[in-house]
Amino acid sequence: MTSIAGIAAPSQAGFDVRRIREDFPILWQTVHGKPLVYLDNAATAQKPRAVLDALMAYYSEDNANVHRGVHLLSERATQVFEDARATVQRFINAASTREIVFTRNATEAINLVAQTFGRARVGPRDEVVISAMEHHSNIVPWQMVCEEKGASLRVIPITDEGALQIEEYERLLGPHTRLVSIVHLSNVLGTINPVQEMIATAHRHGVPVLVDGAQAASHMTVDVQALDADFYVFTGHKLYGPTGIGVLYGKERLLEDMPPYQGGGDMIKSVTFEKTTYNALPYKFEAGTPNIAGAVGLAAAVDYVTGIGMDRITAQERELLAYGTAALSGVPSLRLIGTAPEKASVLSFVMDGVHPHDIGTVVDQEGVAIRTGHHCAQPLMQRLGIPATARASLALYNTREEIDVLAAALHKVRELFT
Amino acid sequence: MTDRGAPVSDLRELYQEVILDHNRRPRNFRTIEGANRHAEGYNPLCGDRLSLYLKVEDGVIEDASFQGSGCAISKASASMMTDSVKGKTLSEARDMFEQFQQMVTGNAAPLALPERLGKLAVFEGVRNYPARVKCASLAWHTLRSAVDAKDEVVSTEAE
Repeated sequence: MTSIAGIAAPSQAGFDVRRIREDFPILWQTVHGKPLVYLDNAATAQKPRAVLDALMAYYSEDNANVHRGVHLLSERATQVFEDARATVQRFINAASTREIVFTRNATEAINLVAQTFGRARVGPRDEVVISAMEHHSNIVPWQMVCEEKGASLRVIPITDEGALQIEEYERLLGPHTRLVSIVHLSNVLGTINPVQEMIATAHRHGVPVLVDGAQAASHMTVDVQALDADFYVFTGHKLYGPTGIGVLYGKERLLEDMPPYQGGGDMIKSVTFEKTTYNALPYKFEAGTPNIAGAVGLAAAVDYVTGIGMDRITAQERELLAYGTAALSGVPSLRLIGTAPEKASVLSFVMDGVHPHDIGTVVDQEGVAIRTGHHCAQPLMQRLGIPATARASLALYNTREEIDVLAAALHKVRELFT
Repeated sequence: MTDRGAPVSDLRELYQEVILDHNRRPRNFRTIEGANRHAEGYNPLCGDRLSLYLKVEDGVIEDASFQGSGCAISKASASMMTDSVKGKTLSEARDMFEQFQQMVTGNAAPLALPERLGKLAVFEGVRNYPARVKCASLAWHTLRSAVDAKDEVVSTEAE
């Protein structure tokens, strides 16, 4: 398989991917005797040495519990943990570190909002608006609240290309709408939703908006103040950081009014058996010993990404997505799923007469790691009328040569199943 | 470069010609008029669904068929399974289920009674692809449910 002609060399906006790949030790291996081509980045991204080193350094030098000790190590651990919060705050341009709550992952961040803000604000006959392209993590937490409160979910429909039907969205907003919860970048379709406009629309109706940035945070600049998002959630491990650390951003005014999520240590100011006074933000929402090393690792990942420059990453990945779209379009009887005009990082597809799992097994033998299945978006699969897709998803370290390997492997799939 | 993958295996070991053929042209892909046993199989990991129909008379499977969607392995497995259980007693079908499970999970090598599986031995290669074992066994789990006349959806994740 030769390179697809007609696509220019990396633009000046891009960067030297070969040098970037040296930062990711896991990429230097073969699987099934072939060089690893890791294209399952929407599931989790690999970690640069800077992140691995930060974890090692934290546990080797600074490890102690935070916020409590008077000894030096506890001070250092607290310092690096709070520095990590400040790094995240700058990364998404939040107004204050009080607005940055560390969670386990994006799912927990959504559940936190659903169980606190949601349960306090949603009542009988109220409505929560989501979209047809949501991940289960942005469906089920709201279903649970709606079921408990006698409220209902309203779903913004999508076009066959995988774009939101924005005119329908505004129609769904009404006097009973309590919240809009919408994905920024779809994990299945790659669609980038116009969240800034959607938030402005919701705000005209007095409705707050949660944005699920689990995918978006690693592919595009996120400025929560420019978006005017009320809540923004993302996870560390898709952003080249460790697993087990996620972020909830919430506007201070909203977080202040919300009841706590979990009770325990660290989230209190004072406790007697008669009455507990809750701690200040963001600690009110961080019961128990947090994932300190995870936060440190996430901060290292953010530093790594911002060191390269998110705009350059976006530009590089956009070119690679265009290259991949062209390459996959050349595979006989392959159909791309998700062809919205505004897209990033995701190439979902199906092939006539070949189940995605068979595609996944065959390309794995060529060293190519892709995801197959419903991608935790069963309602979206039902909407599209397919049981599953195969999905290649890009990261900053992927190359055109890797896309070529994928395309060649897909030709093999075609040969085997014809 | 280190190699952390399993030993290189030929894809043809998994996708044998007979499996590809049953995938392209599944046998017994229909419902049965007057079926008296029916079970649903579901693999929540991949969304595959399978409806299995049996016509059982005097403890013998007179006819077997299936419908549903799935990958090549699961479709071929259902196709060949429905072929091979026709004319078998319910107890023989249970035995075949056990044999098949042992074969694809690699729990017992060599097979105790390979002749009982006959053509189904083409699925032996599945054991080298742990992620695909459930694809091959979905139809068989569903069969066991139908044989035991359990009125429930069998899930590959319910074990």
